[in-house]
Amino acid sequence: MSLKNALQLDRVSKSFDGFKALSDASFTARWGEVHALLGENGAGKSSLMNIAAGLYAPEAGALFIDDNPVRLTGPRDAMRQGIGMVHQHFKLVSPFTVAQNILLSMNQSALRGFYDHKLAKVSQAISQKSEELGFGIDPRTRTDRLSVAEQQRVEILKVLLAGAKILILDEPTAVLTDDESNRLLTTVKALATRGAAVILVTHKMHDVMRYADQVTIMRGGKTVATLAPQSVDLSKLVKLTVGDTDSARSVSEPHIRGAARLVITDLSSAQTTTQASNGVLRGVNLTLHSGEIYGIAGVGGNGQTELANALMGFGAPTCGDMLLDGQTQLQSLTPTERRAQGIAAIPADRYGAALAAPLSVADNYAMGQIHSGRYGSFGWLNSRKIAADTTKAIEAFDVQGVRSIHQKAALLSGGNAQKLVIAREFNHPPAIVFAHSPSRGLDVRAMGAIHARLHAARAAGAAVLLISEDLDEVLALADRIGVMSSGRIVVEFNQPADRQAIGQAMVHHV
Amino acid sequence: MEIISSWVGNIPDLAVPFALAALGLIVTERAGVLALGAEGLMLVGALFGVGGYLLFDSTGIALLLAMLAASGVSILFAVMVLVLRINQVIAGLALVFFCQGLTALLGILFGWASHPVSGFEAWTLWPLSELPIVGRLFIQNPVVYLTPLIFFAVAIYLNHSMSGLKLRAVGENPQAADAAGIPVLTYRFAAILAGAALIGLAGAYISVLSTKMWIEDMTGGRGWIAVALVIFARWSPWRAFAGAILFGSIEALIPQLAAAGVRLPQYFVFMTPYVVTLAVMIWVALPKRDQNKPDQKNQPDALGEPFIREERR
Repeated sequence: MSLKNALQLDRVSKSFDGFKALSDASFTARWGEVHALLGENGAGKSSLMNIAAGLYAPEAGALFIDDNPVRLTGPRDAMRQGIGMVHQHFKLVSPFTVAQNILLSMNQSALRGFYDHKLAKVSQAISQKSEELGFGIDPRTRTDRLSVAEQQRVEILKVLLAGAKILILDEPTAVLTDDESNRLLTTVKALATRGAAVILVTHKMHDVMRYADQVTIMRGGKTVATLAPQSVDLSKLVKLTVGDTDSARSVSEPHIRGAARLVITDLSSAQTTTQASNGVLRGVNLTLHSGEIYGIAGVGGNGQTELANALMGFGAPTCGDMLLDGQTQLQSLTPTERRAQGIAAIPADRYGAALAAPLSVADNYAMGQIHSGRYGSFGWLNSRKIAADTTKAIEAFDVQGVRSIHQKAALLSGGNAQKLVIAREFNHPPAIVFAHSPSRGLDVRAMGAIHARLHAARAAGAAVLLISEDLDEVLALADRIGVMSSGRIVVEFNQPADRQAIGQAMVHHV
Repeated sequence: MEIISSWVGNIPDLAVPFALAALGLIVTERAGVLALGAEGLMLVGALFGVGGYLLFDSTGIALLLAMLAASGVSILFAVMVLVLRINQVIAGLALVFFCQGLTALLGILFGWASHPVSGFEAWTLWPLSELPIVGRLFIQNPVVYLTPLIFFAVAIYLNHSMSGLKLRAVGENPQAADAAGIPVLTYRFAAILAGAALIGLAGAYISVLSTKMWIEDMTGGRGWIAVALVIFARWSPWRAFAGAILFGSIEALIPQLAAAGVRLPQYFVFMTPYVVTLAVMIWVALPKRDQNKPDQKNQPDALGEPFIREERR
């Protein structure tokens, strides 16, 4: 049986600020099929689908619907062509009812009559569709009373009622429990059986193996293969997704693994009302020694952010122990005491958490030494000393693009902002370093410089905990690797570690 | 008995300015724009109401001109907060001080100050006007009777029209509204102008129909009370209506007490509406038992937040 092409993207390219997000990516979804788009973070899945949904305009390449070339002018145009996308972040007006929300996004000229009449009509359509799909959504419920899974169903109803025949779901299971995921994917599969074309953007192998008819794998902005998932085994899929480039493992200079500095036992998120299975900690155990880099690998959203927040003291409510040198609870330390202990933190959100973007480079640098009184006291600031130290530090840490140390930190590019953070955190040799995605979005040179700093810290005897979604980075830097999945460390590897085995562990989390 | 009857009869005249100003604020704020400039816009309405009457000798035209003038001045505010995205609190405060100066100046320049105007004749709704105690409620000027109708129309618009739904969506979640294809800034612009017109009408009511002349700074803080009233009413038109009657009753009570021989210091009397405002605000802020019910939180989610479209990289 040959199915007709629904949506076809042919050799599409797109770049952002000189970074090539997509290069000659091709993709074909057919009517009556669930087509999975699989890849790691940053592989280009979302970019490709945003082009299909009319959000981005491609630089090169063509788009076909039913084998006819089309040019989309925007998301509304895509909707008219029958392409509906459910984004990861829902767009619902919270105090409105389900019916009001769906009415807002519909083409109102298609509905006749007064508002109350339209609302009744839409409500009826929602009830009908909801029953048909087994969603159990009451159109009169306020959307802020719905669970995340139910809100997602509302978003799906929204695009279906607006007439979408080609349904794009961007990481739909990321926020759902396993039960909810299975339920959703079963429904989605049923939609395809009834003739729709469904595109499932995901990085979960199991969703692909169980529910997809076709899978296209993306890596580094390219579509590397399209195949039927049933025809291959899981390890082949993993291999295609993570690639088999055996990254040049840095031969680390000799270092001595010292005493255990930080022992984490049974670290869990305080019980919250969220039903999502991901994004909470459920008993993390690990030991961090001085003179080593402990890398935490894993697919994004498995608790890495929560772990980083707990470690860096961003006040994530937790239970469990984080024992420093066998005596102090890390949670009980104030930021000042943390600094006094020599704890350096490199948060993932450079401009949000690490730097005060509207302040000057010098102010941002000096912030790290507020506790020590190095740059003055309560009523007095030694700006000359700050200026001298900052100038020295930006030179030593090769922070580029600083025209004046009084310019806003916000004007620095990502890589240089990160170097400034590191310059501040490392201005005294740190004893413990927490780094979360320290080289995300950086070019190779900046990344190399940051890796060198982490290596140097280790050589000086610091205990370094590196959390990164970039497996290559973890492999290149870490002495030991813990794989994080569903809120715990599921397995630990010692270097040299097998990349494939780590990849398997990362996705095997059902 | 006579005291109560005359007290009741005075309530509408004092409640209407609160009611209309609060309604104007609700229209603007439901679209997500924090409107602190009511005091200033009321002054503009009050001045141009009297001016319109002196120029055209018609109360109807006077009120229309007052609404237009307030809308016109609010364009300045709209450009500041929507286009230039100036902080809405600062812009609102600046608008008040600007209008206070402007109206004082224009009043003298055009010679509109201290000229009495005649306003509307009272309409007697017989036989309701013959009722004991409340009879005087039905001997009022036409705007008093019109006010509940305006409230009815605005409430219907906000809760039972497509355009009202969109306006509320813009005030609650402009990003979602934008994704649904609603022109966010157009809606906010229109909401500011429409709200200003109602606030201008409230001001003109004071000068043309109540005091019957223009006096510098004559609104005397009623615009600020209206701002508090909207919070008290949790952005619902009908609750604001009830609140306006409450404040009107308190203001109407003061001269009655004086007439009855209760001796109150003059400044205490002037202070009373603001004391009540403070009391009401504290009462609203006190934790309620059922605070977790989402219904309790009626403030538009995006109130005071400028809208910037998420960059489409």
